[in-house]
Amino acid sequence: MNTTWSRFNITSITLGFAFLYLPIVLLVVFSFNESKLVTVWGGFSTKWYVSLFHNQGLMDAAWVTIRVGLISATVATVLGTMGALALTRYTRFRGRVLFSGMIFAPLVMPDVITGLSLLLLFVAIGMDRGMTTVILAHITFTMCFVAVVVQSRLVSFDRSLEEAAMDLGAPPVKTFFQITLPVILPAIVSGWMLAFTLSLDDLVIASFASGPGATTLPMKIYSQVRLGVTPEINAACTILIAIVTIGVIIASIANKRREVQRQLDERAAQRG
Amino acid sequence: MSNIAVADAAAPSTAAQPFMTRLGAGFVSRLVIIVPYLWLLFFFLVPFIIVFKISLSQTAIAMPPYTPVLDFRDGISGFFAGFRDLNFDNYVWLTQDALYFRAYLTSVVIAAISTVLTLLVGYPIAYGMARAPATIRPTLLMLVILPFWTSFLIRVYAWIGILKPEGLLNQLLLSLHIVNQPLVILNTYTAIFIGIVYSYLPFMVLPLYSSLEKMDYSLIEAAKDLGCPPTAAFWKITFPLSLPGVIAGCLLVFIPAVGEFVIPDLLGGSQTLMIGKTLWNEFFANRDWPVSSAVAVILLLLLIVPIVLFQQAQARAQEQDK
Repeated sequence: MNTTWSRFNITSITLGFAFLYLPIVLLVVFSFNESKLVTVWGGFSTKWYVSLFHNQGLMDAAWVTIRVGLISATVATVLGTMGALALTRYTRFRGRVLFSGMIFAPLVMPDVITGLSLLLLFVAIGMDRGMTTVILAHITFTMCFVAVVVQSRLVSFDRSLEEAAMDLGAPPVKTFFQITLPVILPAIVSGWMLAFTLSLDDLVIASFASGPGATTLPMKIYSQVRLGVTPEINAACTILIAIVTIGVIIASIANKRREVQRQLDERAAQRG
Repeated sequence: MSNIAVADAAAPSTAAQPFMTRLGAGFVSRLVIIVPYLWLLFFFLVPFIIVFKISLSQTAIAMPPYTPVLDFRDGISGFFAGFRDLNFDNYVWLTQDALYFRAYLTSVVIAAISTVLTLLVGYPIAYGMARAPATIRPTLLMLVILPFWTSFLIRVYAWIGILKPEGLLNQLLLSLHIVNQPLVILNTYTAIFIGIVYSYLPFMVLPLYSSLEKMDYSLIEAAKDLGCPPTAAFWKITFPLSLPGVIAGCLLVFIPAVGEFVIPDLLGGSQTLMIGKTLWNEFFANRDWPVSSAVAVILLLLLIVPIVLFQQAQARAQEQDK
């Protein structure tokens, strides 16, 4: 290895990661604070977690958020994967420029615009606002993220595998499910996870699209934060962080295992 | 949408396949395009047309709080009759009130400054990662992505406890006798800058890293051997080669930052002015849907050039990957 990892590089990485992680660590630490003041340490306690689970409003909101996330991420993954296939496999169809524009634009579109425009659509078609409209809104903006993630895997995909299968007589649909899908599955899984976390995370679009009775967790947290910072919110945030961290770690371990297995298979195939 | 011409999926081998299978393949491949296409048309494009339409209507005290324009219920004649009711009052209103102009201007300026700051913070991190031993690079990459998975709202919220007058940063600075009285950071533009740099840092680091990692570092060695000082080598070789990453990263930060709502609302307090917050307040506090639609239309027009640039950069990157 001839890359020199200089002291400058190590320092900049260390400072960078400290900047990224310190606020989150402090947030987690103060969720275990005995004192009601969020910034003064008063001893270790888990009482805010107990009171959190007795906070019915927060628990209801969490349940709404999880349902919205599961449904919208799943539909968005299907639509996003289709969109990625359309973009990479069909280089010529009428309206392709508009299509790729509609895939990429939502990635950077400010939430306030997306939220407002979706709300006005729901009102225009006379749809009652509630959980369904939040799910529809979340599918729309997360499917584009899924499409981009899956697309980046499809671009590097060796198409001769598909062609070989079809030359041997496999119909295209079967080829897709037996050859293409297993190869792009890791990207689809990470696309689903991305869609789920984006949905879990969204405040602005949900606030526009939601109606009475469908308060999501970010909306609840936001309304409480506006009234003041409380350790209970810290506890709720810590639980969310823990769920996401565990999920990401499990996914990356599974990914690594699969990768190692694949390499072993390839080596075995070469030898055989 | 039945007229979307599909380039046939299966290459030469299609001809050999039974007719029914080919028909099925054509149908399926068409479906792959049509379903997401229609979804995005209906839930992404049509809403913008509605926003534009409502921005031209008048405010009414009703639910929904605007007078309908371009009503299709009376058929074509009703549709054309609707044109007479179109009015640009909301846009005139936006130009007359200096508040809106200032909100647009400060949003663009804040987003631009934050983008430069994010680049300055993100570049050394991305560079350090790209030069790290190949074995630990995946771990470092993972560490940059992980905060992105944790809630945006939570990460912004975490800074309130740090930046408050009696917050952790001031406690630290006071106990070290660096300052004599607490710094006022929360509810100022400084807090917004910190919030944007912090929240959008992964969006800057990732594209920078991917272009820095691909770079051939023997070029730097060669320059050094030929007597080029390191700073000159950076500006002449490293930076130009990382330019695609710089452009992608800057657009990924700048565009959403212009319309940012959560950061200015939670960290900026009531004194700071940004257009995302203005739109939110017009809509939720003042219930003025036509004016907030007009605000959104102008914001979109303002961002259309950077968005098109972003899309072109994405398309170029995709071409190169092939």
